[in-house]
Amino acid sequence: MAIELIKRKNPSKVISMVSPFIALAVTLIAGVLIFLALGKNPINGLYSFFIEPLTEAWSVHELIIKAVPLVLIAVGLSVCFRSGNWNIGAEGQFIIGAMAGSILPIMMHDLQSPIILPLMLIMGFAGGALFGLIPAYLKNKFGTNEILTSLMLVYVAQLFLDWMVRGPWKNPEGFNFPESRAFHEFAVLPEMMSSGRANWGAVIAVIAVVIFAVLLGKTLKGFEIKVIGESERAGKFAGFDAKKMTIFAFLISGGLAGLAGLIEVAGAIQQMRPVISPGYGFTAIIVAFLGRLNPLGILAAGLVLALTYLGGEAAQISLGISDKVVRVFQGLLLFFVLLSDTFINYQVRFDNPWKNKQLDQAHVDSKKVGAE
Amino acid sequence: MKRRIFMLGAAALTAAMGLAASVTAQAEDKLKVGFVYIGPPGDFGWTYQHDQGRKAIEEALGDKVETTFLENVPEGGDSERAIERLARSGHGLIFTTSFGYMDPTLKVAKKFPKVKFEHATGYKRADNVTTYSSRFYEGRYLLGQIAARESKKGVAGYIASFPIPEVIRGINAFVLGAQSVNPDFKLKVVWVNTWFDPGKEADAAKTLVDQGVDIITQHTDSTAAMQVAAERGIKAFGQASDMIEFGKETQLTSIIDNWDDYYIARTKAVLDGSWKSEETWGGMADEMVHIAPFTNMADETKAEAEKTMAAIKSKEFHPFTGPIMKQDGSVWLKEGEVADDGTLLGMNFYVKGVDDKFPQ
Amino acid sequence: MIENILLTVVTAATPFLIAAIGELIVERSGVLNLGVEGMMIMGAVFAFMAAQVTGNPYVGIIAGIIAGGAFSLIFGFLTITMVSNQVATGLALTILGLGFAGMVGESFVGLPGIKLEAISIPFLSDIPVIGRLLFGQDVIVYISFALVVGTLWFLFKTHAGLTLRSVGDNPSAAHALGISVSKVRYLAVLFGGSCAGLAGAYLSLVYVPQWTEGMTAGRGWIALALVVFASWRPERIILGAYLFGAVTIAQFHAQAVGISVPSQLLSALPYIATIVVLILISRNRRLTLINTPASLGKQFVPDR
Repeated sequence: MAIELIKRKNPSKVISMVSPFIALAVTLIAGVLIFLALGKNPINGLYSFFIEPLTEAWSVHELIIKAVPLVLIAVGLSVCFRSGNWNIGAEGQFIIGAMAGSILPIMMHDLQSPIILPLMLIMGFAGGALFGLIPAYLKNKFGTNEILTSLMLVYVAQLFLDWMVRGPWKNPEGFNFPESRAFHEFAVLPEMMSSGRANWGAVIAVIAVVIFAVLLGKTLKGFEIKVIGESERAGKFAGFDAKKMTIFAFLISGGLAGLAGLIEVAGAIQQMRPVISPGYGFTAIIVAFLGRLNPLGILAAGLVLALTYLGGEAAQISLGISDKVVRVFQGLLLFFVLLSDTFINYQVRFDNPWKNKQLDQAHVDSKKVGAE
Repeated sequence: MKRRIFMLGAAALTAAMGLAASVTAQAEDKLKVGFVYIGPPGDFGWTYQHDQGRKAIEEALGDKVETTFLENVPEGGDSERAIERLARSGHGLIFTTSFGYMDPTLKVAKKFPKVKFEHATGYKRADNVTTYSSRFYEGRYLLGQIAARESKKGVAGYIASFPIPEVIRGINAFVLGAQSVNPDFKLKVVWVNTWFDPGKEADAAKTLVDQGVDIITQHTDSTAAMQVAAERGIKAFGQASDMIEFGKETQLTSIIDNWDDYYIARTKAVLDGSWKSEETWGGMADEMVHIAPFTNMADETKAEAEKTMAAIKSKEFHPFTGPIMKQDGSVWLKEGEVADDGTLLGMNFYVKGVDDKFPQ
Repeated sequence: MIENILLTVVTAATPFLIAAIGELIVERSGVLNLGVEGMMIMGAVFAFMAAQVTGNPYVGIIAGIIAGGAFSLIFGFLTITMVSNQVATGLALTILGLGFAGMVGESFVGLPGIKLEAISIPFLSDIPVIGRLLFGQDVIVYISFALVVGTLWFLFKTHAGLTLRSVGDNPSAAHALGISVSKVRYLAVLFGGSCAGLAGAYLSLVYVPQWTEGMTAGRGWIALALVVFASWRPERIILGAYLFGAVTIAQFHAQAVGISVPSQLLSALPYIATIVVLILISRNRRLTLINTPASLGKQFVPDR
């Protein structure tokens, strides 16, 4: 049996609406099978995974905390990816942004005033943006592949943070343990409500979603991003400068990743540690694609992915399954979502090889992209 | 048809809620003990030994307790949530088993004054937060003595993870032990900057062998160094767990993290209401530092090792007893003076005789 | 002593070398598979389990290759047949691989493994210094040498190699010439997965004969970096892999003799070096055009 893809003239609106639900349904079926294979009650398992984390206020707060960095980074990446620039190094920009913002509470910790936090946010954005500009500059100047340079810079950033926290930034009162001094009260993002620890970073993320939803959907800049992303040559005809766009895209995506890093350390962690991200920069790439590079979609995708992390913990406790199962489950979910998105742009036909001849006659210029 | 699907869905939902409710109800009779792990129990090292302790609780108090664990919980933003989830899901006693969980443990403990927390290797306590750790340096001193007696070349290799006080303390104790036997004994230290990377640990072990050491000891978690030592025909010490299976003719002994007794005792204390916040820093005497059988060594070495072990156990002897000089030659402890726990806990200097530049 | 140190370098370099050669072929076909780490750990766990169950490490090698290859076909199906995004799919493959390997290998933790023994080639292995290095190794190291020579010959001397490169450079043109782009890319992805699986097998059968969760410890990502470092040339991969292995080992030796440099700086060097190499090769337009697969990371969607 061969699978044949036929490009649709226009992306299917219907399928783009229902495909996330199809993916979810398939994932649920896969989940039932996994839980049965492990000898666990599948209804209990799915309940722990997808519903339990939403039944309590504190847990919803935690969901928000987990989703904020993913959403912020992914929104920036959507600008980047749409314009045809492939920034894979958001993890590094996240770290450098967090470090730039932490200069104030760690190195000038006597400076305590309400102006600190806004300054930190600005420095976080700027730090991430500047670090993001390195691959952009290299791409424009030398034509280096930005996927690879940005990925390499992640490791450089991780090691730089490690060195700083074990060396110059080590807490003088911390018994030589590798962590910075705790941030003072003016450097901590305040919590929004007393029912949990979600902080005002969530509002910043939502504002970013709205700004970029408008920018991408309703402005000339958004049009420019789209045109250049689809074809550099077409962009040139329209008078758009692809090099300037590369700079812009990395500036935004690096900056938002840096801002996310700062929000993470000033909110959830409240000090600097050798490792501050469990891979948010990479997970956000997945979130960006799950959300179809659309800021509103990214908001939803970020929440869903965050839910699988929380649900995974809930399932570990209530069912006693290991977190390996959780990761398998996450991997499958991602595959199904990526798979179902194909149906938006393509018609998929399962061919019976014996009937192929007739069909080939009918689709002379539809070309196979299939596995034999 | 539509109606029927709806009914099915409703039934499933009710069933799910019922089941979830029954899970909560069931838990109320038993004490729920929760664990937060930094790695997987399958690391055969640090987390593995904590998980052995968890299993020991179940074995000893099976009908009265129920244990759960969260594995691979990263330090940082995620750990507070993991701890809070355990506290919220009816756990009465929670062990958080990595240094980086210190502040999150205290934050959650503040919100749940009735839940008892036990944080491993930290130094901040509260009314419902106890800290506990082991005096591994007692074992390290012993290892140093054995190494000095068994080494033909008079050089041992030390695979070190991160320059935190616990690791520095171990290196110092090892050197003091070795030099109590052979004042010229040398120690080569290699920092691998990881707790767990079998490949890198193996590389470091090979490097040390090529540099001429004939005994290897490690402060990292995997069994890789033991396997390299076996292959190259030299001796080695195990770490965290008994690694004899990986080097039947290689392992001299192993420092085993034994949390079993402590975990059982603390769980019992919660059950009978006698639990108090304290600081436990247990050593050989408390069986928290367990020494694997002495193997592959001369009878005389074994006898001497047993003697030292008995002296440490009976508190007759403390490995950090003066005169001890710091690496730069300045006096740290005068004749007969014993190091205080505060200095040991924050140790950030080498003693005289360590052949390595202090990592900054 | 020099001989022993060099042997250590070979061991450290071999997994990078094999996985990077595999990924090189994948990228030459225009596909970027970021799931090397996931495929590698699948190879490691299945190789270890098969060797334990059968008692034969050679069965382990085959199991590792099959596991890595089979796992890569998931990636192939998604990115080639279903044209899903390669970057996202590769990342998801790594998540799935790390989870799945941990799950199936749970009961094999803490067992001493069966080490794959070296096969000394008579006479040749008696040559001083290089003898044992080149001719006193285990079969996987020999395969790694063969892979370099083989891919070099394949890519630049055979018609099939030309086809592969043309698919990577310009899939539309290749398609117009009647080449099945998807078939070529499937084969490339399968080869890459098998190599990653073999590299994993080397880890759990030779490097450290044991199975522990997450034992690949990021080696798959380094292999990805090496492909770029080598600017997609097999002979430069051998250089890069051995240089990387040598830097790791040299760093330990420097420490043991008392030279101390911040270890983070040393660890960062290979990545910085990769960026510099990238800049150097990119500056030379001609070199770039010759070696970089132009369609790297882009899905091939034939238009109507």
